Amino acid sequence: MKKKYTLPRSLKNVPTHYCGGCGHGIVHRIVAEVVDELKLREKIVAIAPVGCAVVAYDYWDFDCSESAHGRALAVATGIKRVRPDLIVFTYQGDGDLASIGTAETIHAANRGENLTCIFINNAVYGMTGGQMAPTTLVGQKTTTTPWGRSPEKGDGFPLKITEILAGLPGVAYAERTSVAKAQDVLKTKKAIKTAFINQIENKGFSIVEVLSQCPTIWGMTPNQAVKWVKEEMTKTFPLGRIK
Amino acid sequence: MKNKPRKKHTAPNTDKKRILITGNEAIGEAAVRAGCGFYAGYPITPQNELTAYMARRMSQERKIFIQAESEIAAINMVFGASSAGARSMTTSSSPGISLKQEGISYLAGAQLPAVIANVMRGGPGLGNIAPSQSDYFQATKGGGHGDYHLIALAPASVQECFDLTQLAFDLSDRYRNPAIILLDAFLGQMAEPIKITHQDTKTQGRKVKKEWALTGAAGRSPNVIRSFFLKDPGLEEHNLILQKKYERIKSKERRFEAFDIEDSDIIFVSYGIPFRIARQAAQRLRSEGIRAGLFRPVTLWPYPYQELEKACARKKAVFVFELSYGQMLEDVKLALGKDIPIYFYGRGGGGVFTEGELIRFAKTKIKSKP
Repeated sequence: MKKKYTLPRSLKNVPTHYCGGCGHGIVHRIVAEVVDELKLREKIVAIAPVGCAVVAYDYWDFDCSESAHGRALAVATGIKRVRPDLIVFTYQGDGDLASIGTAETIHAANRGENLTCIFINNAVYGMTGGQMAPTTLVGQKTTTTPWGRSPEKGDGFPLKITEILAGLPGVAYAERTSVAKAQDVLKTKKAIKTAFINQIENKGFSIVEVLSQCPTIWGMTPNQAVKWVKEEMTKTFPLGRIK
Repeated sequence: MKNKPRKKHTAPNTDKKRILITGNEAIGEAAVRAGCGFYAGYPITPQNELTAYMARRMSQERKIFIQAESEIAAINMVFGASSAGARSMTTSSSPGISLKQEGISYLAGAQLPAVIANVMRGGPGLGNIAPSQSDYFQATKGGGHGDYHLIALAPASVQECFDLTQLAFDLSDRYRNPAIILLDAFLGQMAEPIKITHQDTKTQGRKVKKEWALTGAAGRSPNVIRSFFLKDPGLEEHNLILQKKYERIKSKERRFEAFDIEDSDIIFVSYGIPFRIARQAAQRLRSEGIRAGLFRPVTLWPYPYQELEKACARKKAVFVFELSYGQMLEDVKLALGKDIPIYFYGRGGGGVFTEGELIRFAKTKIKSKP
């Protein structure tokens, strides 16, 4: 009998530090599978963000760099420009990509940098204990919006940065997916693969926004968390191809 | 013609013995000839000529130039290019260098080489665009967060803008540590004839093998560029490695210049353009029978404490002249202690002293001495 489900070559055989039910592990595995399938392991460079995924290099078995909070796409730009033969991607959370790093994100996309950007949106700052993120839903309670995010009070609205980026001519591809159910996991893999193939084919900037569950910070069980992604998050952040 | 470039930046004709070039341009040309593969900058006066120079020269050399969206992005692009093994540079002026401090701390923490030039202007805040040396503390005592040091080089002529930029690339690669060139707006803007050296640019970048660089994990285990060490005692161990490196740099790379030390009664200590003003003042004082010697640190970090101490031994007084309110002065005090009178004269906020001012100051202090 043939073994169908094996550890990807690009994923180290170690336990991760992610909480039970967290979406990061799923996306890490998807990235590793895609890297293997496209035979990129020996020419890929990952840029880890500041956030829960900062030690992604402990799990991926290929070259990685850290970056300062929000600066992943500037670091990626530097690498890709001097080594266009490498395949370079960033893996960033919502605070990193859409708050402190908004300028780096928009300008890398606007220059049409030939990069792949994987954007994990879980609507909170996870690593720092659950503050309001730029993508926090209206009404969602966080440590810094104890009564729920309120645009009337000046907390602002959930920032749909992928839609903003899709409006830029330098962006080749923008899609929002989730990892809250099996079909969506497969769609996420397809989208991430497309984003890497785009870079191989020099098409410019590709972004895949993945809605991801954070049961610990949301104060939910893993089951409640995937339900919340499916029923609540997707209302504000509809799934599908944006560009 | 609409698209005609306003100014030509072609490779200087090096057949000529000497060429006329500004300090800003000399830094750019030196970087190109040192094999700089990546430059990112953001507009700020008084270093705009340098960014414009690089825009043209880097593309002529088929190297990468990016006008970044911010100083922060520029330094982080340099972080990326350097982590991929390229000689990388960014330049700015005081307020812009403040913005770069986050990235500079990360470069130091991740042990990445990079060359940064600060064409200093008056501060604090937006300040003005006149010459200043008020970023000495920032460059030599930290600037960003954490226990780290930059190799800080201070040219005093356009020729040295060229020479020390090339040295900065070499030292930065050798020690895997960012290096900063600290010059005032005067030096950036003024033109002097210089001799172009280090012709063999093709070999420069390859002198140091960068086995740590991100080049794709082919035939080796993955490389990781990091400054994050969460698990105890990882970060302390990492810091001890850095400290050991800084000690090595301190013992090997102190550079200075000294003139007329032997027969002098007083010593003028100064760097950058103020050193040139101090030199004029010293010469005039000599013609009046007051024997002044000159000491100039070329490396502001590592500071040549031992050499300064030796130069000032048994002298009657030491004078420190700076375009600040006494920043390098603290290092002079560290070197000399309280055994010898130290007099400071400085101007800030873009004010520049004349040799006459220095002479008058020195004479007053010598006279008033008991």
